[in-house]
Amino acid sequence: MSILVDEKTKVVVQGATGHQGQFHTTRMKGYGTNIVGGVTPGKGGQMMGDIPIFDSVEEADADASIIFVPARFVKSSALEAISLGLSPVVCITEHVPVKDAMFLMDYARQYDVDIVGPNTPGLISPGKALAGILPPHIFERGEVGLVSRSGTLTYEIIDELTKNGLGQSTALGIGGDPVIGMDFLSTLERFEADKETKAIVMIGEIGGNAEELAAEYIRDNITKPVVSYIAGKTAPPGKRMGHAGAVISGKSGTAESKIAALNAVGVQVATMPHEVPKLIKDVL
Amino acid sequence: MKLLEYEAKDIFVEYGIPTSTGYVIEDVDNLKAILYKIGLPVILKAQVLVGGRGKAGGIKMAKTEDEAVQKARDILGMEIKGLPVKKLLVCTPSEIQKELYVGFVVDRNKKKMALLASTEGGIDIEQVAEKSPEKIIKEYIDPIIGIQDYQCRSVAKKLGFDGNNMLSLASIIYKLGKIMEDKDAELIEINPLAITPKGFEALDAKLVIDDNSLYRHKEFELDLKESQEFTEIEKVAKEAGLAYVELDGDVGIIGCGAGLVMASLDVINHYGGKPANFLDIGGGANADNMKKALEIITMKSGLKAIFINIFGGITKCDEIANGILEFKPTVPVYVRMMGTNEEKAREILNSAGYELYQSMQEAAKAAVKR
Repeated sequence: MSILVDEKTKVVVQGATGHQGQFHTTRMKGYGTNIVGGVTPGKGGQMMGDIPIFDSVEEADADASIIFVPARFVKSSALEAISLGLSPVVCITEHVPVKDAMFLMDYARQYDVDIVGPNTPGLISPGKALAGILPPHIFERGEVGLVSRSGTLTYEIIDELTKNGLGQSTALGIGGDPVIGMDFLSTLERFEADKETKAIVMIGEIGGNAEELAAEYIRDNITKPVVSYIAGKTAPPGKRMGHAGAVISGKSGTAESKIAALNAVGVQVATMPHEVPKLIKDVL
Repeated sequence: MKLLEYEAKDIFVEYGIPTSTGYVIEDVDNLKAILYKIGLPVILKAQVLVGGRGKAGGIKMAKTEDEAVQKARDILGMEIKGLPVKKLLVCTPSEIQKELYVGFVVDRNKKKMALLASTEGGIDIEQVAEKSPEKIIKEYIDPIIGIQDYQCRSVAKKLGFDGNNMLSLASIIYKLGKIMEDKDAELIEINPLAITPKGFEALDAKLVIDDNSLYRHKEFELDLKESQEFTEIEKVAKEAGLAYVELDGDVGIIGCGAGLVMASLDVINHYGGKPANFLDIGGGANADNMKKALEIITMKSGLKAIFINIFGGITKCDEIANGILEFKPTVPVYVRMMGTNEEKAREILNSAGYELYQSMQEAAKAAVKR
C-alpha cells in the first residue's frame, strides 16, 4: 500500500505540452506512472512521444490529474478536473492567488476530491508512481511516510533517509502556500490508515499554526511514531521567506512555538535535517 | 503588497465607507494651505508601513499653526523602525465616543476568509485575541457564495448594536468584505472604527493585497523605487525575480528552494554564525542566475563568508559552479552541491581551488569556523 497514488492510478497531465509539462510528463511516465494522456485545449489529437494529447480532461478517462498550467489558468483547469471527480488533483503551479485557492478547496470539498498543493512538488509512492516533480532517483521503497511544506528540503531529508537504509511508502509535498488542499492533518490520517507506513516524518516551517494543530491531532489520533523537522528558526518576523505562507506575523507562526507543541505530545524534532534518520531509527 | 493608510482610505471612500480622510503632504511648506482649508486642530499621521506608529511618536495632535508646523517637521524628519517618514497625512480629529475593530483575514486552516470584529478597538487585535478571545466575534465567508448582508447584520448585532446603528455598521462591514473580495486582499482592517456623534468613522486603514493576484489588479502597480516594504538590496533582488530577505549577520547564503534555504540559515546559526540574508535561487537556475545572486548578496557590506547550498534536481550543479567562477568572489565561498552533474561541478570548482562539500552541515561548519 501507499497513499493517494499507486501504479494503477490513471493520471492525466493538464498543461503537458508546456516546457515544464513536457519534461515532467515524460519523466513520470518513464518512472512507471500510468499516464493516460495530456490535456492542452486546441492540441487534441496530437501525440507527445507515445502520450496522447486531448482537448479536455473528460476525453482522457483518468482517475487523477496533475496541473502544470500557468497560475492564472489554474482555477479553471482545476475546476474541470474536480467537476469530473478526479482525485487527487495535484497542482504543481506556484503563485496561484489565494482567493482562487480558497474557491477551489471549497469546491473540492463538495465533490469529495483531494487537492494537493498548489505550489507543491507533488508526491511519489516509490517504485509505484510519481505524480509530481520530485527527483525519483533519491527515493527507495520502504516504510517511512513523509509529509512536507517544502520541496528541496524534502529531497535533502529523503536523501539522508535513503542513504541510511530507510525507504519510503509515500512522500508528499503539501505545498508552501497559505491555503492548500491536503494538509498535515489529512495526510497524517492517510498514513495512519496505510499498512505499509510504519513511521512518519513531518517537515514543517514558520508561518501559520498547521504544525501546532498537527501536534494536537497526533496526540489524539496517531499511533505510529512521528519525527519532525521545522525550518525557519532564524527567520525574522514580518518577512516572507520565499514561500508565500512562510511568514511570522506578530507572535504567531514561530519555529519555537511549533517545536514546543510537537515536543509536548512526544514528537522528536531534529535540530538539523541530517539528524532525522537517527530519530526515525530510534522510534522504529 | 501593503498599502499606506491614505491609499487604503481612498479605496474605503470609493466603496462608501465613512472615513476620516485628509490631505497628504511631503513638504512642510504645503501644510499652511491645508490648515487654511480644514482648520485647527489637526492630527498629523506618519505614512509608514509599520505598526506602532503612535508609540514611536509618528502620530501627533496640533492645536495651533505653529505647533502643527513644528510637529509636522519633526515627523517628516524621523525614522520609524528604520523607515524614513516621507509622507504625512493631515486630518481633522474626530470626537471619539467608542472604538471598535473590524477586519477580514485569510484563515489558513478553515481555507476561508474570516470576518473578525470586536468592541475592543484601537489596540492590537492580537492582544485582544490572547487576553480575551471571547471578545472577538468571528464569521466565516463561503468562498464560492461570497459575503452576505445577513452575516454582517448578525455580527453588528453581536457587537451590541440594534436599529439603524446595526444597519449602518453592517453596511460598513459588508463594504469592507467587498473590498477584500474585489481587490484580492489577504488582510483588511479598520482599527479603530470610531463611534462619533456623527456616526461610524474609519480612523485608520490597513490593506494588504495578495502579491500573486497583482496580474489582475493593474491599479496597484508596485512602484519599487517608492516602496517602503523592502530594503534597497531587496528591491534589486525583486527586480531580478529572486526571493531575497536582508538579515543582520555576516554569512551570505544562497540556496535552491525556500525550505532548504531556511534550513541553511538555521544550520549556520546552529554552528554559531549569523546569516546575512535569505536568497532562494529557485529551481533550474543557470550560471547567469547564480552570478546575479552573488552580485545581490555581496551588495551587503561586511560579508565574511558565503555559503552556497544546492540540491540539484532540475538545477544543474555545473551551471552553478560556472556562475561562481564567472563572478570571481572576493569573500571565501563554501559550496555544498549534490545531484545533477555534481562530478562536473567538482572538477570545475577544484580546478579553481574551491572545495566541494557533500553535506550541508560540513559546509556550514566550515563557513562559520573559517
